[in-house]
Amino acid sequence: MSTLFAIRDLHIFYGSIHAVKGINLEIKEEGELVSLIGANGAGKTTIMHCISGLLRPRQGQILFKEYDLLKVKPENILETGLAQVPEGRRIFTRLTVEDNLEMGAYTRHKKSEIKADMEKIFQRFPRLAERRRQPAGTLSGGEQQMLAIARAMMSRPKLLLMDEPSMGLAPLLVREVFDLIQEMRSEGTTILLVEQNARMALSIADRAYVLETGRIVHEGVASEMLHDERIREAYLGS
Amino acid sequence: MTKSKFLSYVVNLIAAAAVFLAFHLLFSGGVVSRSYRDLFTLGCIYSIAAVSLNLSTGLLGELCLGHAGFMSVGAYTSALITISFDKPGDMPILLLSLVIGGLLAALSGIIVGIPALRLRGDYLAITTLAFGEIVKVIVRALKITGGGQPMTGISLTTNYTLSYWILIITIIIIYTLIRSRHGRAILSIREDDIAAEASGVAVTRYKLLAFSLSAFFAGVAGGLYAHYQGVLEPQFFDYNQSINFMVMVVLGGIGSLTGSVISAFFLTLLPEILRGLAVYRTLIYSVVLVLLMLYRPEGLLGQKELSQRLFARLLGRNGLRTSPQSGVGGSSASPQENIPVSGTAERKADSAVSDRLGTSTGAPEEALERKWKGRR
Repeated sequence: MSTLFAIRDLHIFYGSIHAVKGINLEIKEEGELVSLIGANGAGKTTIMHCISGLLRPRQGQILFKEYDLLKVKPENILETGLAQVPEGRRIFTRLTVEDNLEMGAYTRHKKSEIKADMEKIFQRFPRLAERRRQPAGTLSGGEQQMLAIARAMMSRPKLLLMDEPSMGLAPLLVREVFDLIQEMRSEGTTILLVEQNARMALSIADRAYVLETGRIVHEGVASEMLHDERIREAYLGS
Repeated sequence: MTKSKFLSYVVNLIAAAAVFLAFHLLFSGGVVSRSYRDLFTLGCIYSIAAVSLNLSTGLLGELCLGHAGFMSVGAYTSALITISFDKPGDMPILLLSLVIGGLLAALSGIIVGIPALRLRGDYLAITTLAFGEIVKVIVRALKITGGGQPMTGISLTTNYTLSYWILIITIIIIYTLIRSRHGRAILSIREDDIAAEASGVAVTRYKLLAFSLSAFFAGVAGGLYAHYQGVLEPQFFDYNQSINFMVMVVLGGIGSLTGSVISAFFLTLLPEILRGLAVYRTLIYSVVLVLLMLYRPEGLLGQKELSQRLFARLLGRNGLRTSPQSGVGGSSASPQENIPVSGTAERKADSAVSDRLGTSTGAPEEALERKWKGRR
């Protein structure tokens, strides 16, 4: 089976600081949930920014399907089938919930299909349905995260990139977000989950990569890593 | 266009025509003096400038401090065209010159915008600030614009009918744009340009589109002004005038087109009303502005639009029930509530009330709260 998504020997510099030092990452199968975990400053967000075209790497390749993502303009990346749930949610706060979802489907043109997808999302998230005509900024943090995920789903992505969806959420809401991620995976969406919350990420992922100061230091099957002594000590705190 | 959307446009147009008729009767019946009729014309011209500035500043979210510069480009272009035709008072020529003036202003907007709009941050503010000054210097340097002298001999073709309807057309065009898929893209850039880009919006292209359209209408307003005043002086379109338009936009509510119109008229009339107070005029003017900003920091209308729905809301539930046709205003409401309304009048009343309370229909405790509020 051919590779869906791959990062090959990626080096990113901030000025003279070598932030990402040659990482390799692969998502081989469709429907896989791969997690990239690491502490603060490990380089997770730097890699994400590079994938979305906000940063240029000094060296390396990012491949998605038949595309070389480094050659695709940021605004055209979504059309290749790769959607993102950015760090810090970045919803459009003064637009309504419904308009936020419409923006997610910005690259799609069949109105009836968009409407149907939106109704599906409102069925899945009754809280969003209740608030569909409110400015999205009036939602609670958890609801905003759900909206950010829902907005990304509106483009019907082949691959969904999620950058720290648990950030700033209460434990109960984190559980809810991870349930949702699992649900999307079971519906066939391929997901790359970037997380600081290693325990949660490993508990739902198929495979995982551990990032430490710009290098991949471990990789493997997530459920095995969850029980690996070294990883337990370093990342899970006992 | 859905049926309710179309209906709402018709209703709004009828309302605009009714307002025009009322003013027309006042002016032609001699109830109001000539000077107020001229002020009405000026108010319309300033409204066009303010509404177009609102497109770039309120809706796109890019601070423009050289709006009067674009107005100047349009004013001189249009005046030079009508003078060269030498047919004073000819309306088609004036209209043609307005369009060409607007296009030239839009072109200068593109030239200024291409480098500045590719960057994030306040670069456009600084660039446009400089642009306004550059236009002034160029106008002073050129012979055909009168050099340092005021440019005269422009026919006084602009009247209140023309200014009013061009204002209406401006509002319709900008409003229709904002309510479209493209408009949503423009608003999303204002909210978060990185997220907009990630959603597939060509950010720079849309910024340029909105900004040059804004410059176009500023140019049209300039052309109208030239044929209203009859004399053009480069210093009229200076930094102070740009700030004046910015004050109109902020006062009316950033993002509210009708708010801009109201505050443009208010700020045009205010100095005239205070004329008798001579020395204190500017003092009162400033105090009024400071008070308004203290008590209404979001502007007169905030982000809302003056629409049938807003009227319906002010009238409350009963007002809505008795006039179900006001519900079609759903599509003419502000960007916040731009869902075409369907269903019965009762449903609309419900959602209007719940919108006001910031709650929504559905959850029982919210329904309770609504009832309770209603009783008060």
